[in-house]
This record gives sequence, C-alpha cells and structure tokens, in this order.
Amino acid sequence: MAKLSKSQLLQAYRTMRTIREFEERVHTEFATGEIPGFVHLYAGEEASATGVCMHLRDDDYIASTHRGHGHCIAKGVDPVGMMAEIYGKVTGTCKGKGGSMHIADLSRGMMGANGIVGGGGPLICGAALAAKYKREGGVGVCFFGDGASNQGTILEAMNLASVWNLPAIFVAENNGYAESTSSSWSVASDNIADRGSAFGMPSVIVDGFDFFAAHEAAGEAVKRAREGGGPTLIEMKFMRYYGHFEGDQQTYRGADEVKKLREEKDCLLRFRKRVVSASEVSAADLDAVDKEVLALIDRAVTKAKADPKPEAADLLTDVYVSYP
Amino acid sequence: MARTISYQQAINEALRQEMERDPRVIVMGEDNAGGAGSPGEQDAWGGVLGVTKGLQPRFPDRVLDTPISESAFIGAAIGAAAAGMRPVAELMFIDFMGVCFDQIFNQAAKFKYMFGGKAETPVVIRTMIGAGFRAAAQHSQMLTSIFTHVPGLKVACPATPYDAKGLLIQSIRDKDPVIFCEHKLLYGIKGDVPEESYTVPFGEANVVREGNGVTIVTYARMVHFALQAAGELAKKKIDCEVIDLRTTSPMDEATILESAEKTGRVVVVDEANPRCSVATDVAALVAQKAFASMKAPVEMVTAPHVPVPFSDALEDLYIPSPARIAAAVERVANYG
Amino acid sequence: MPAIHSITVPKWGLSMEKGRVTAWHRQVGDRISSGDEICDIETDKISGGLEVTAGGVLRRQLAKEGEELPVGALVAVVADAEVPEDEVDAVVAAFQASFVPAAAADAGEGPAPQKVDVGGRRIRYLKSGLSGDAVLLLHGFGGDLGNWLFNHQALAEKHVVYALDLPGHGESSKDVGAGTLDELAAVAAAFLETVGVERAHLVGHSLGGAVALAMASSAPERVRSLSLVSSAGLGREINAAYIEAFVRAANRNALKPCVAQLYADERLVTRQLVDNLLKYKRLEGVDAALRKLADNLFPGGTQGRLFHDVLASSNVPALVVWGAEDRIIPASHAAGLPARVKVEVLADRGHMVQMEAAGAVNRLLASFIG
Repeated sequence: MAKLSKSQLLQAYRTMRTIREFEERVHTEFATGEIPGFVHLYAGEEASATGVCMHLRDDDYIASTHRGHGHCIAKGVDPVGMMAEIYGKVTGTCKGKGGSMHIADLSRGMMGANGIVGGGGPLICGAALAAKYKREGGVGVCFFGDGASNQGTILEAMNLASVWNLPAIFVAENNGYAESTSSSWSVASDNIADRGSAFGMPSVIVDGFDFFAAHEAAGEAVKRAREGGGPTLIEMKFMRYYGHFEGDQQTYRGADEVKKLREEKDCLLRFRKRVVSASEVSAADLDAVDKEVLALIDRAVTKAKADPKPEAADLLTDVYVSYP
Repeated sequence: MARTISYQQAINEALRQEMERDPRVIVMGEDNAGGAGSPGEQDAWGGVLGVTKGLQPRFPDRVLDTPISESAFIGAAIGAAAAGMRPVAELMFIDFMGVCFDQIFNQAAKFKYMFGGKAETPVVIRTMIGAGFRAAAQHSQMLTSIFTHVPGLKVACPATPYDAKGLLIQSIRDKDPVIFCEHKLLYGIKGDVPEESYTVPFGEANVVREGNGVTIVTYARMVHFALQAAGELAKKKIDCEVIDLRTTSPMDEATILESAEKTGRVVVVDEANPRCSVATDVAALVAQKAFASMKAPVEMVTAPHVPVPFSDALEDLYIPSPARIAAAVERVANYG
Repeated sequence: MPAIHSITVPKWGLSMEKGRVTAWHRQVGDRISSGDEICDIETDKISGGLEVTAGGVLRRQLAKEGEELPVGALVAVVADAEVPEDEVDAVVAAFQASFVPAAAADAGEGPAPQKVDVGGRRIRYLKSGLSGDAVLLLHGFGGDLGNWLFNHQALAEKHVVYALDLPGHGESSKDVGAGTLDELAAVAAAFLETVGVERAHLVGHSLGGAVALAMASSAPERVRSLSLVSSAGLGREINAAYIEAFVRAANRNALKPCVAQLYADERLVTRQLVDNLLKYKRLEGVDAALRKLADNLFPGGTQGRLFHDVLASSNVPALVVWGAEDRIIPASHAAGLPARVKVEVLADRGHMVQMEAAGAVNRLLASFIG
C-alpha cells in the first residue's frame, strides 16, 4: 500500500478528531437535557469511518446506521449542519426533520443514517447497481454493526451483491455490543468476517482501533470494487466508548472497560504516536488541528443552540415531489 | 381508439415504451426474464404470468432476474432510485410485502421527508393483488390500504387496459415511490389502448358510468362487478353512478364528493377485508364532508374479516359478487 | 295515398350499434316540417339531433326518453293527420315483426380507418364511397376525422370521400414540423398524391378551412372546389381564450366548459365526447403539437394569415357555410367575400355547424359539389 503523504495524514487526523470532539460534545450537551430524542455515539470507532471514507468520492454512496455521526463527518457532511440537525433546528442538514438517526446528504453520497438495523444493506446494493450503469467506477459502502450482521437484510444484501457482482463493500463494525448483548454471544460464528465466504466474497478482519489497518483494508476493497471485481466484507473489531444510546447506564460492561480502552487502544493516541515517532507529522501540527477542531465544534454547538426551529408550515412539506 | 389489447399487454407495452424512452429505466424481479443461470431458454417466463415477457431480449442488460430475496432487491431498487435510476421492481404478490415492507415504508416512503426534502426516490414497485385465482390465503390479498396509509407512497390500481398503460407510464415518470397494483384476474381483459405513449394522472377518479340515483365508489376488479350490478339495476329503474378510483393515494376526493352530493346515496365496494380499508376511508370521507347531502347511510360491500379461503365454494362467497353489490345498492336506493 | 314515414335510428359512424333517445322535442300530435329535429339521440361517442326529411304530424313515439334502441330500429312515425290510426298501427306492427338489428359483425363490411405513410409521417384516414369525384374532408384545431361523423357517409353516396387526421391530431403522427399552415397543406397535398388522387373537392372546417385555402394557394392544381365551414383564414378575429384554454386543459373539469363553446346546443357535449378529447390530449406529443400550432397560426391571439386574395384571384368554385352563433370564429367572416362565393349562414348554430345542422350542411355540400 502506498505511503500516505503528510497532508493525507493530517486530513485523516482532522477527520478522526472532528468525529471524536463532535461526539464528546454531544455527550456532554445531551446530559443537560437540551437535545431531543435519541443519540448513539460513535466515539472510539473513528478509524473505521475515516479509513474507509478517505478512499471515496462524492459520487460514491455510503449507507450508515443509527450510530451515524462518524460516517457523516467522514463522508464530508458539514458538522455545523449536523449539530443543528441533532438539535432539531431548521438550519440542520435535514431541516430538522430527520434528527440524529436520519442525517443524510445525497450530494455528498451519504444515503443516510438509518433507524432500522440492517436497513442500509439493500439500499447500498441499489447504489452500487446504479454505479454499474453509470460506468464511472463508483462504489457503494454499507456500514453495519454486529447486531445488523444477524439481520436478514444484511445477509440478503451480501448474497445479492455477489450474485449481481456489485461494486459494494460491506463494513461490519463489530464494536462488541449489540445494544446490551455482547457480539460474541449473538453472532453464531467466531467472526462476522467468516460469513463472507458463505456468499462467495473475500473477507478480512481488521483491528478497528488502527487507522492504518482500516485504511489499507478499505483501499484494497474499494480498488477491487472499482475494477469490477465485486464485493468485499471487512470486519472492524473494536469497541464503542459510550452506551448503545445516550442514557444507557451500560451496567452490562466491565468495570474499567472503557477507561482501559481509552488508555491502551485509542485510535487517535495510536495514530499520534506512530506518525510523530516516524517524523511524518509533528506534534505541534497535530495540536494545531486539535485546537481548530475544538473551535469548530464549539461554534457548531453555539449556533445550533441559537438557531430557530422549523415553523408550523414545515410540518406538511417535503412528503412528495408532487401530490397528486 | 387505436386497437384492442389485454391489460397484461398494455402493461408490457408501457414498460417497453418507457425503457425505449429513458435508459435509466430498469426492470427487476423474480423471474422477470426467467431462466437466469439455467441451461435452457432465457426469458423463459417473462414474469410468473408472462407480463414482462419479451423485454429482456430487447433490453439485455436492463431486465434483471433476482434471487428470492425481496428485502434485498426491493431495497436495491429503492437505493438505485435514490442514486438516480428509474427502477421498476416487481413484488410478485402483494402478500409478500411482509418480507420487504421496511424498505418500502421506512426507507423509500420517508427519505424525502426525513432528509429535509433533499432526496428523490422515483421507484415503481409493481405487484399483483386480488382473489379469484384459487391461490388461497397467502397469494390472494388486496393490501392496497396498508400502502395507502403510508405518507410518502403513491398507490395505483388500474381496472382497465387503457388505465393500466397510462398509469404505469405516469408511475415510471413520477418522482415519488409508487406501488402499482395489478389485479391478477384482470390480466386477460381487453380494451382499446392507443399505440402511442400517454399518461393518466394520479388523483383523478374515472366516472365509468353516469347516473343520478346511487353512487358506487370502487376500484380494481370490483369496477367490473359494479358495472354488472348497475346494468341489472337499470332494469329496476335504479340509476347508478360508478366511480373507479384508479389511484387510492392520492385519492380523488372531489369527484367522490361531487357524486355523493348529487345522489345522496353511496355504496363503497372493496374486495379487501373491511377493517381499516379503502372502503372505510371513503365512507369516512363521505360522512365527514357530504353529510348534509346524504339521504341514506353509506353502505360498504367488502370481503368478510377472514383470510382468503382456498375452496372455490368458499372463495366465491368471500369475493363481493355483483348480486351482493346490487342488493346493497337497492337497500340504499329504497332507504327512507 | 298519403305517405306514412317510418323514422329509424340512424347509423352515425361505423362503430355505432345503438342509440339512446335522450329528449323528445316534438310530441304526438305536433306538426312536423322537413328539417325538424324530433328528438336527441346519444351514442357512446356523440349526441345529435334526429332530423326528419318528411312532413306531417308526429303519430307515434316508439321510445321513451332514456330508452336505448339498436341502429335501424323504429323511433317515430310521421304521417298526415288524415291517415287512420289502424293504418299507422299496421305499419308499426309490420316493421317490428320484420326488424332485425344489424349484427356487430356488420362492422367488418364497412370501411375502417387506415394508416398510410406520407413523407415519413403516419397519417390516419377514412375512405368511403365507391364512385364519383374525390372529396377531402379536413377537420379543425384539436379535432379529428370523427368531426365529420354525420357528413362522411352522406357525401360518400355520390363521391369518393377521404377524411384524414392532420398531423398532431387523432391517430396521425404528432410531429407537426414547423407547425405552419403551409406545412399542414403540404401534408394534405402529399396525402392526395399518396392515395392516387390528382384533384379533390376540399371541405375544410375551422383550421381545416385555412388548410384548404393554403392548398388552393400553394397547390391549386389539386383543388376542384373549396367548401369552407366555419373557416379560419377569412378574418382576424378568433376566440383566443378558447384556444388557450383548450391547449391548457388537463382534466375534465377544465375541458368541458371550454369545449361547450364549440356548440350552440351544449347538450351535445356528452361525457364521452369530453373523455375522448381528454384521452387524445394525453397522448405523447399532443401538447407540444397543439402549442406550436396555436403559436404559429394565432400569434398574439389573432389569425395570422388571411386568404381573401386566393378567393378573389382564383376561379375555383367556393362555398362558405357558417353557424350564426359561432363563438370561436365569428360568422361575420362570411360577409364581404367576393360575389362569386356562395355563402350560407345557418341560424341558431354554433362553430360545429357540420354536426349541429348535419342535414342542412350535407344538402348544401351535396348540391354545391355536385
């Protein structure tokens, strides 16, 4: 795999840091009670979204899950609009009508976070099918969780992608838990990746805390898809830092589980250690990024809090293109 | 008009003409060509009842057979639509909606709204409805009301070959997701259909028979039964107006109300089960908005609240008959 | 002996099998003159008045209002007042005893519309009549060869009569090219060439009249005579609001009041008429074709081209017929024409005068064309 340039490394770091600070801030703000509904935080999983989406263009599509903020940011959706959307404001990415679980931006190839577990698999088969007709080498990536790996739609989608030889990449983000049940209990095979061969597609297991491993595996899969080689299954193994949803007491987890992960496995720490010690990027450069990102997130929250909510008339719009 | 063809041929022609006009139109479904991977004839079936026959040889890479995997391929059609194609996917029997309903009602129907207006899902899902084939409980239902209920979906149920072609062409050109319901007992009926392309708009009911005595509101196969009943009733000097809804979402409320206000007597005929149906929907509309004009309570003629039975002796009792329709109309005509 | 006239249900158009008597205009005992309309008959395509050519007293009505009878069935009996009742009864009885409705299979006997390629465009036409001069019937804006339903067979008794659908109309190609009168005239002339007709009597209604005039101007060698019915091309005025509304109308509720303006008697606007027009308007390419034609032929809401010079300079025989109550093109256009032009304005009739006064118009055409 080709070495990443300094600007690429900085871009990767910026993306991961933006996701991390976005999620950490949502965590603290949610606790104040100001954010409506449910949020599901991606903190800890940044390497997966970042490593995969760095290979994608705007006309490649991704489908995401209820835990979609990371995929959105990695695919280029504006974090300021995202924050406003989470607060239910009219300036949000979806005009306040979708919320955290349904953030989408089709102009950036983001086919939506999805409130239905496994909902994205068939949709990405569709995007990949469309890409085949467009003949521009476009691909579709379906991010799904260990919970979704047991949902019929994902299994059907993998079969269909194989049968139709679609330019699709299935990224199973095995973060250790499906809601409160551990993935080792609910997934019948040892690895989700084992399921790939059942559908005739190449599969690979990746340490999801390692950006470089994720980036490399994704690069191979995207290249294979673009060149007409069909689908791939990538299993990212890692763990989420927060609960299934904000408010989840996480009593199902071990006592110091998250603390240990943050100290020993954290993808941002590992990235920093590696690039600094290899003198590819300086600590000062990374610190500068940290500072800029914090300012961005701060701005996003301030704006989201101040922006107006949708008006009553907005309730009835955007259901159809035309009716009749 | 031009020439006489069958409902089935009209649908095939609509697909062919739209595929010729727009390269983004693709057709997919179980056995839509038939023979995929098999040693024998390709385009072996052209759909389980032959509706899509002849399309694959003409458009070799745009007619896709699928595995028996509804949630995957219906969802794929929806995703492809969101990504700029114009897919026409076939859900072979509406009874199979259970295995793919999420993709239809939670994804396709809601993209535009959830994404703040910034998505379009111009997918058409063709599906077979209706009883009378002795196909029993899981292959004979009329589940149009369930789709009609969902905001974001449009639902069409043509009763004639002319409407089948025009509504399908309209559905393919429409930018919203459409459930296109083909009554399996109507495939063989014939009618005048122009050779050229044309559209029939959504939300426009058709008054297939004008009359001043009693209004019959109905759709799909029951339109023909209602006309039969009306013919018999004319001999008894009961003058029926028969309205074919053509699309249940959007539904042409204005035409229903105009007729209800004219006659003051309304009978709704619906082949589906009675609870939460198109029949109750129309009855509620009339009760709410035409109450002042009513001279009799609204009557509904529907199937009973039971699954579709297999034995022909029972299935023929299940389906509303022209005689049952006529009896209801007579009660309403003589009320008061 | 004074005659007893059996009035039967006419056959309007090849596919007509039955008609419904919708309204009686004369009651038993009323005096009838030749040309009177005694009742209205409605078919699944059209509604029209039943005109009698006999005189006398209406002695029997054989159908109630709302009753449907097959083509050829006895509808009324007209006879002089002094003819005894029992003789009238005998005529009725004899008729009913021997009457057999024509089977649907008879439709195969008569002529059916056909399609032919004219210079790359598909043109639908109907040819009827076995001998005599050729006649070409040209319909108006938004119409089709069915506009001549009440005239075609009558003229075919003594002529070979062609009626075609102009480009953009009926079942002909919807490609109107530049959408000019000359283009339409060229297609009509090319049609005659294609079907092997060297010269024809042209009968044009409304826009069709202007097409006929344009043919007389550009291809005079093809024109035997001109019969111009409610014709365009004879004055600037046109009901531009009607044209615009017709082009724009996308559903029944918009189309019905618009189309009603074509007739003096609005009862002739049946549901079927409106539905058939709506189906036509929904065909691919019709919208664009009508829009282009309207923009070209009626720029700024007036008629773009006049043909008084053609009428003045040509020696082609010309007949002009109008309905006095024409709300689309005023009957005043029939006035001030060169003296050699025969002019007839029929009282109480609207723009579709060839339908509303079919008997009178057929007689005028027959005696003019010869």
